[in-house]
Amino acid sequence: MEIIKPGINIDFVGKRQLAYTVSSVLIVLSILSLIWHGGPRYGIDFAGGALIQVKFDRPAPIDRIKDGLGELGIAGATVQRMGEAADNEVLIRTEAAGVDTGAFIPALRKALEASSEAAVEVRRVEMVGPQVGKDLREKALLAIFFALTFIAIYISGRFEFKWAQSGVVALVLGGAVYGLYTFGVSMPFIILSALIVTLVLFWVLGLKYALGAIVALLHDVIITVGIFSIAEKEFTITVIAALLTIIGYSLNDTIIVYDRIRENLKKLLKTPLAAVINRSVNETLSRTILTAGTVFVVVAALYLLGGEIIKDFAFAILVGVVVGTYSSIYVASSIVLTWQERARKRR
Amino acid sequence: MKRFSVRLAIVLAVIVTAVVYCLPTFKTDLWPRKRINLGLDLQGGMHLVLEVDTAKAVQSTIDRNFLEIRDLARKSQVQNLSLERSGPTKIAVQVSGRENVAAFKQLLEKDLRDLRRNIQTEDADQLALSLDLADADADHIKKLAVDQALETIRNRIDQFGVAEPDIRRQGDNRILIQLPGIQDSDRAKDLIGRTALLEFKLVDEAHDVNAALQGSPPPGSEILYKVDEDAATKRASRTPYLVRKSALLTGASLTDARVQIDSQFGEPYVSIDFDKKGARVFERVTGENVGKRLAIVLDNKVYSAPTIQEKIGGGRARITGRFTMEEARDLAIVLRAGALPAPVTILEERTVGPSLGADSIRAGLISMAVGGLLVLLFMGIYYKLAGLLAVFEVLLDILLIGAGLAAFGATLTLPGMAGIILTIGMAVDNNVLIYERIREELRLGKTPRASTDAGFDRATTTIMDANITTLIAAVVLFQFGTGPVKGFAVTLSIGVIASMFTAIVVSRLVFDYVLTTRKVRKLSI
Repeated sequence: MEIIKPGINIDFVGKRQLAYTVSSVLIVLSILSLIWHGGPRYGIDFAGGALIQVKFDRPAPIDRIKDGLGELGIAGATVQRMGEAADNEVLIRTEAAGVDTGAFIPALRKALEASSEAAVEVRRVEMVGPQVGKDLREKALLAIFFALTFIAIYISGRFEFKWAQSGVVALVLGGAVYGLYTFGVSMPFIILSALIVTLVLFWVLGLKYALGAIVALLHDVIITVGIFSIAEKEFTITVIAALLTIIGYSLNDTIIVYDRIRENLKKLLKTPLAAVINRSVNETLSRTILTAGTVFVVVAALYLLGGEIIKDFAFAILVGVVVGTYSSIYVASSIVLTWQERARKRR
Repeated sequence: MKRFSVRLAIVLAVIVTAVVYCLPTFKTDLWPRKRINLGLDLQGGMHLVLEVDTAKAVQSTIDRNFLEIRDLARKSQVQNLSLERSGPTKIAVQVSGRENVAAFKQLLEKDLRDLRRNIQTEDADQLALSLDLADADADHIKKLAVDQALETIRNRIDQFGVAEPDIRRQGDNRILIQLPGIQDSDRAKDLIGRTALLEFKLVDEAHDVNAALQGSPPPGSEILYKVDEDAATKRASRTPYLVRKSALLTGASLTDARVQIDSQFGEPYVSIDFDKKGARVFERVTGENVGKRLAIVLDNKVYSAPTIQEKIGGGRARITGRFTMEEARDLAIVLRAGALPAPVTILEERTVGPSLGADSIRAGLISMAVGGLLVLLFMGIYYKLAGLLAVFEVLLDILLIGAGLAAFGATLTLPGMAGIILTIGMAVDNNVLIYERIREELRLGKTPRASTDAGFDRATTTIMDANITTLIAAVVLFQFGTGPVKGFAVTLSIGVIASMFTAIVVSRLVFDYVLTTRKVRKLSI
């Protein structure tokens, strides 16, 4: 069976202006949503706070639960149903202060049992102090930055034999980031400027494959974050894990296209780069769609059946698979081509 | 290319080893191998991160020094002395008068050598200076405080009885505690977090409590409360006590603490034994203060303040306070294990009940089965027999991940399970790459043999490049991650390596077998 007929020749490269427009619109929308919401909506991992998952043995109305919480003196808590209505399960979010003593949970159980007249089982308690949250936020940004840097070195090395050049760039940037961090400059600012400097440097030094891959990855991460922001979903550590997985997955796709370009460039010496790229994307299209399909199917199973705790993780990967597949077809190689054309004009 | 039989032997050896590592997880008594550890989110349990307030440890050292200087000065009859706490870790001293200055200087040389001095004015009959701890000493105290807290908490948990607790230092002043499968997490949390500083302090009978409540307590005394809960109404009442600040004895002088039952009221109490020195002090203090009240203070709360009837020898005392059996037992544990050198605060807690963990495992397995089945269907239809081979290899990957987890003693967490599910989707990618290549070569009119060889050779570099980048992301994730996320990074990494092995080595072996030994003319791909 074949989904994509052999010898297919869709003009992907020719539509790259359209692709750039679509991507730019998505990125701008993502950033606007982030600004509108005042930054990402952090879960307790990053913002600090407490989260208590409670199961009742019979239906318990939310306002009764809130009454019980009010008696305990935690009126500002939010109560949210979890899973099916028949599960009688809720998630209570509140501040970290107060939850950190051993007396809190027994008191909570007692108050909820009194107000809801149902037996209460506290199934999960997560409490993260504010300092821990701040540390983790910084670590998450650092992790994404370093993942991108290492990947950039690897791509420049493997595809353009520029190990040394990209290594030096990465080393200097990594050192600068670490140095600024120890001087106490705010982490989001450092990472943002480091990324911009990285992109500019890669452009100037002509590390075009790494440049294309990094742009594609940033594109995927920003759009996934944006969709999370638009859907008003929370950022937790597992979502960061999902983002890094998306980086790995989307890169996988990109590299397979690059690999074909590398191979075809050796074979087709006289063909213009645009045609080579387009042919490579077409030749790998069948594989790209097939793999995206299997990954999408299993992650969809995870999203639908894997339980509430893992749902956001699965959602992030679902979005990432779609965006990542699109970006490796339309964005990554187009950047290589755009760089090449600009470089020729200058000459 | 190595000989077929050699490669077959390697593949079989890998499979057998994987089975050997995996089996004990399902049948525990088969052979003495480690099982796959389940993370706290899957088996239920408690994960705590504590911060030791090391600044408090330094502060209480200064507190002790302050009281010591006062006593020493009184003994050497230094007059016109003003002692003041000029900061949390600083003592300001002012002495005037020729003899007093001389006497105090002698004290400094003889007894207070380990304090750092910062002299402001110094002449024959005027001395003003501040005393604190040298930075190196303060750092040492901080380090010691964390070590001691770690040891104390370990003792407490051992005595509480938790199977396979994991207690370790994290960073400079944090302690990570993992208690798998714990049932009574609230009690454990109380037991761990309690400072458990036991002090015996005399009640200040010379001054009135109510006057002190209105104004400020007289120097050298403080107000502490006794909290009682009415059994019927559950209302707590607080009784103030005016007690002397300096403790006559502390929990440091204990040798044992046990729960006993009062024969008269049938209430549990905690009986404590002092060491020799403590027993002597206790005997002297009780002898000197007959008729006065002695407050038993735990973590700045008065438990009881009985009147001393007579001199008490034998080095034994009892702590009463309307305990339940459990409370008395926990109190005995913390007293035996000793006080924390500084208070701790819980920075992070993650507690999962056992039923939720079981639900998560079930949901994970179901989605794994459904996802696997869909991939099987998809691959079978698309690549026919070769597709089924790919699915078999995915199963082998899962086996290898299990073996890897068991062999490295890694932990399987809920995100780790998600990682395995993700591997099911991504692992077939390597096969897809190879198969697409073989199809391309077949289309060029090559023989199955030649197409297979070319397909594998070309796809191998692609697979390498594509997978190494995923590995890079996984390794960074491992570095950054905490508990559950680390588990995800581990399964993802092992999954990537395993799928490279199965796609490149195992598939090749099967193709070679089919083409060479069975002399198949047409590939089912």
